[in-house]
Amino acid sequence: MKEIITPLTDDIIEDLKVGDEVLISGTIYTMRDIAHKKIAEILNRKKRLPFDIKNQVIYYCGPTPAKKGEKIGACGPTTSSRMDKYTPLLLEYGVKGLIGKGERSREVKETLKKNNAIYFSALGGLGAEYAGYVVSSEIVAFPELGPEAIYKLTVEDFYAVVINDAEGNDFYEINKYH
Amino acid sequence: MRIITQKEISEKVRKAVIDANYFLPYDVVSAIKDAAKKEQKRLVKKCLYKIVENAKKAKKGIFPLCQDTGLTVVFVEIGDKIKIDGDIYQAINDGVRQGYSDGFLRKSTADPLTRQNLNTNTPAIIHLEIKKGSLLKMSILIKGAGSENKSAVKMLTPADGKEGIIDFVVETVKKAGASACPPYIVGVGIGGNLEVASISAKKALLRKITDVNKNYELFLLEKILLKKINDLKIGAFGFGGETTALAVKVEMQPCHIASLPVAVNIQCHSARHKTVNI
Repeated sequence: MKEIITPLTDDIIEDLKVGDEVLISGTIYTMRDIAHKKIAEILNRKKRLPFDIKNQVIYYCGPTPAKKGEKIGACGPTTSSRMDKYTPLLLEYGVKGLIGKGERSREVKETLKKNNAIYFSALGGLGAEYAGYVVSSEIVAFPELGPEAIYKLTVEDFYAVVINDAEGNDFYEINKYH
Repeated sequence: MRIITQKEISEKVRKAVIDANYFLPYDVVSAIKDAAKKEQKRLVKKCLYKIVENAKKAKKGIFPLCQDTGLTVVFVEIGDKIKIDGDIYQAINDGVRQGYSDGFLRKSTADPLTRQNLNTNTPAIIHLEIKKGSLLKMSILIKGAGSENKSAVKMLTPADGKEGIIDFVVETVKKAGASACPPYIVGVGIGGNLEVASISAKKALLRKITDVNKNYELFLLEKILLKKINDLKIGAFGFGGETTALAVKVEMQPCHIASLPVAVNIQCHSARHKTVNI
């Protein structure tokens, strides 16, 4: 088990290999379908982003509403492949880590390698478990999107597994043959 | 005639959608535990037990099992001796709307083109069937999009036969890969036409994991499919190992002499459903 702290540096990323279990602490940003589209539009127009994405970690997640006194609701990962269209652009602009579930496109995997970035899987369907990793949450962009808004989450010992490392290895591919 | 009011139905549905999102059915928990016990890979075994832990946490009623609290699918069987005092569609939708609000569940229905969230989780997807008797039975399935997106229907031909069915089912699960939250429950609908095959595949997901198919041929087909799917070695969360699917459930209807429709409905491990009777 490797403990890592965000934002991610090149040293941290180079140390991570496929199949590694990690505990992530620090800030991560939720972003799913519509938020990706909006962020991509802002980047393509060379406008200023609502938050600095350099060296940050993006978490594909749309939580349930928080009950009174709670920081957040259930907040497991959503399917990553729906973001494949936008991911290379975000990586070119300095995003270093992605957390979701499931396979990525060849283009995403190549861009991860090119930009020394990393893709983790959180455990899909474990919404209650992941709520327990969140220390604080605040909306930083697009509140009108409800569950699809961008939340800045502070997490502690957030469990994930390295799927695509910066060397171009793919944990899912390896598993099918071993 | 037995009279059931719109309000009674709404209240039953309201409670059922909340319950279904916080309590994983026992047969599912038990199947996950069995898969964990027989798993050889350390990481996979550990992650399977995390599903059991997640179910325990959700049961406390603060956080739902999964953040994708789904579209609400309701299979209704109405006895022919029942008179509904009011509108059954409105009754169900009111229950869903209220339940998703009261239960702090995520509202996920959207306009397909503008992608605007409708903020009510309605309309529910309602299938009505008339039966003999005076019972109103509602089976509620909470269906997330991760697994629904990887489901498929194909119009095979008579020449494709049983082999064609097996290939299509296995291929569909292979394509779902690690993306739709394995270990899966795979619902298969054979026959009927385009929509009947799809509805049968969905309805198959309501069966208990331990339930044995009464049709011996389909029982054998389920066994063959489960073996072939587990041979894919996708495993829980795509991390490899023994269990890509917990079960395969096949339903069948007669079809046209020229066609062989097959639908595959993928269900994630968070197989949330609840049946209520009035």
